[in-house]
Amino acid sequence: MTKKYALQGLKVVDFSWVFTGPIVTKYLGDHGAEVIKIESATRPDGTRLMTPFKPGAMGLNASGVFANYNSSKYSININLREPRGKEVVKKLVQRADIVLETFGPGVMSKLQLDYDVLKQVKSDIIMLSMTMVGQTGPHSQQPSFGQVLQATNGFVQLLGWPDRSPSLPVAAYTDYIAPWYVLIALMSALDFRHRTGKGQYIDLAMLEASVHLAAPVVMDYVANSNIQDRMGNRNPGYAPHGVYPCKGKQRWIAIAVATDDEWQSLCKVMGGPEWTKSPKFDTLLHRTKHQDEMDKLIGKWTGNQTAEELMAKLQAVGVAAGVLQTGEDLVDKDPQIKHRGHFFEIEHAEMGKHLTELPPFKLSRTPAHPQRPFPSFGEHTEYVCKEILHMGDAEFAELIGAGVLA
Amino acid sequence: MAKQKGKPPMLGPYRVLDLTDDRGSFCGKILAELGADVIKVEKPGGDPSRNVGPFYKDIPDPEKSLSWFAFNLNKRGITLNLETRDGQEIFKKLAQKADFVLETFKPGYLDRLGLGYKDLSKVNPRIILTSITPFGQTGPYSLFNSPDLVTMSMAGYTFICGDSDRPPVRFSSDQSYMQSSLQATVGTLIAHYYRQQTGEGQHVDVSMQESMVWTLCYAPHDWFLLKQIIHTREGSYWKRLGVTYRLIWPCKDGYVCYRLLMAQPGAEVMNDLIASMNKEGLGEKMKDISWTTLSFTEVPQEQINEWEAEIGKYFLRHTKRELHEEAVRQKNVLQPVNNAKDLYESPQLASRDFWVQVKHPELRTSITYPGPYFRSTETAWQMGKRAPLIGEHNDDIYIKELGFSKNELAILKKENVI
Repeated sequence: MTKKYALQGLKVVDFSWVFTGPIVTKYLGDHGAEVIKIESATRPDGTRLMTPFKPGAMGLNASGVFANYNSSKYSININLREPRGKEVVKKLVQRADIVLETFGPGVMSKLQLDYDVLKQVKSDIIMLSMTMVGQTGPHSQQPSFGQVLQATNGFVQLLGWPDRSPSLPVAAYTDYIAPWYVLIALMSALDFRHRTGKGQYIDLAMLEASVHLAAPVVMDYVANSNIQDRMGNRNPGYAPHGVYPCKGKQRWIAIAVATDDEWQSLCKVMGGPEWTKSPKFDTLLHRTKHQDEMDKLIGKWTGNQTAEELMAKLQAVGVAAGVLQTGEDLVDKDPQIKHRGHFFEIEHAEMGKHLTELPPFKLSRTPAHPQRPFPSFGEHTEYVCKEILHMGDAEFAELIGAGVLA
Repeated sequence: MAKQKGKPPMLGPYRVLDLTDDRGSFCGKILAELGADVIKVEKPGGDPSRNVGPFYKDIPDPEKSLSWFAFNLNKRGITLNLETRDGQEIFKKLAQKADFVLETFKPGYLDRLGLGYKDLSKVNPRIILTSITPFGQTGPYSLFNSPDLVTMSMAGYTFICGDSDRPPVRFSSDQSYMQSSLQATVGTLIAHYYRQQTGEGQHVDVSMQESMVWTLCYAPHDWFLLKQIIHTREGSYWKRLGVTYRLIWPCKDGYVCYRLLMAQPGAEVMNDLIASMNKEGLGEKMKDISWTTLSFTEVPQEQINEWEAEIGKYFLRHTKRELHEEAVRQKNVLQPVNNAKDLYESPQLASRDFWVQVKHPELRTSITYPGPYFRSTETAWQMGKRAPLIGEHNDDIYIKELGFSKNELAILKKENVI
């Protein structure tokens, strides 16, 4: 009964694109599921055109971000407007467990590939639609994308300095909330089907999911009328709690002290300078009151040391300290990330070497592993039709000729 | 979409033993709202994260933490001292009948108590043990002290957040705890699927650092492919490919999030926004531009700045709600920068009956919580039962389920086991 991968045998038809949906199906694929990514000549996944590209490479098969989020999938190029294109989709659904789509509300109905249609094809299919704000409601028809939606759910409000306009999370933060909720819903729906024989349709809203990650902030308003705001690096219960400059260009260390014992350890590493002995800094309460002054003094001490040596010295005595790592640190240097094998270097026939990430969880018996690099655009049209759907050569050639497949 | 009432939850039959603190309690909460019977196992006297604010009516009290309420909703609660021999024996008995164990202790702690994965899988080979730690169970940083700020920083997230003339900043909210709890739930359920097929349990080892690395998007690939660190701290702006454009804009009563749309389908709605501006004597020079055929990389930065300045004037005259309502009508992408109040008053969330009232009889009140994040034809998100009081379900578990007598319970209490 033992299998090598946790999701071996699971079959997924994937209409999703951009970030959220493809991350979901990458997780499924890297755990051994068969994922068939539906694309079309008029609508390749937009992430294929997103920077950074492999230097010198051009076209739809060179984006680092796309490559990361699409390992372990097959790409089939189908014209969904063609009735015979829809038939190919239905044949795929007939043998599938999961259908995932992330179009705007109503698009699948217009394509006549909505749940009501697909459950006729496969009665216990699990279909999930992920949208920004849900299939229904006064804002459901407003176009949106993560970069702006992250403001709606309150996260932008909570990032930055209280005396300045908020800061923008570089990558749309909500795009990295929804995938995990979609995966949770899909895996739970599979368990429900396993026990009851029933599939289901799930309407999952990115906005609603993401509100849960700031639940206490909303409850603080509802129960106490407090409107929480961004606090820079302040955090009640910690002092010091900040980011301090280190030797080198744009090098920083984060230090967070929760207890008086940790404070004493920090003072020892600092060499016990006179200022640390002041009653202004002896307890958490006092340090919290004098944080601005304390931050300047700590910053003077950190400024002429490297972030790495500071982290080592402070962690050695149990003080929470960490380098503000960059892409370079993470990819080339961090020994922990290497130890965990977070970034997997993989070779694509056209793009060459690139990175694909592994999940942040390791399953002791069935760890995830990329099954193959991301698919070139439409790379597996023939494979999927002939090997998976057992379509005859003549029919395949005809559908290619008619522009139904490409 | 059909109503929730009367539908079963997805994970009804399962039991979870939840040993986590505030860094992992969100994981058990997600399983609980899917219907699992999640039993929070606290130290005698209660989980220290009950002291994390904010508090109900701003009164610091372990039975009034709103954070604790939020992330322990729908769970039951018992107290148990795992550092005693009786406690360890009782925990093993509970693990025999449990499906999942969740924990956030330092790597090695449960092994030392004889309650690690090896020990638990001996009493229950089907058990799935999920461990959430800052850097994972092994490796050079695995024993580091790492609250949210440090984990966020080590993950590369802090470096890219903030204003260029000040140090980098973190979210004013412990997002690494949330992200890793979500990822832990995913890993746990993937392991569960495998168990359903094979009968085998396993150990799920979650790294909070890696959970946050997953949210970076560009930085690792910018380095690997281009050997560049492109994003530093751009405040309200977005800079890439040599172009800078504004994402966060001040308006009359706060901020909105918006981006000039060019060179893409849907960019034609720019003309509707400009028509609104024209009515107020703004944006005269922006008429008759074919936004869909412009290219970001070909328009000079000065031109973008000039257009943005004009749009900025318009936004300053209107509230975020007005601007958002107009954007909904015009099918434009603008969103308000919401605070908790705005979110609570969102007509979209109201229309989907998102907020739920949870009764807190001890506080003689109900508190509003975030509700279902999905609607299904067959199953339902579980409506909330408030988080457990300290040791609230000790009798249910120890007496009714494990068969201890009242006298034995009194002895366990005296010995500080429960």
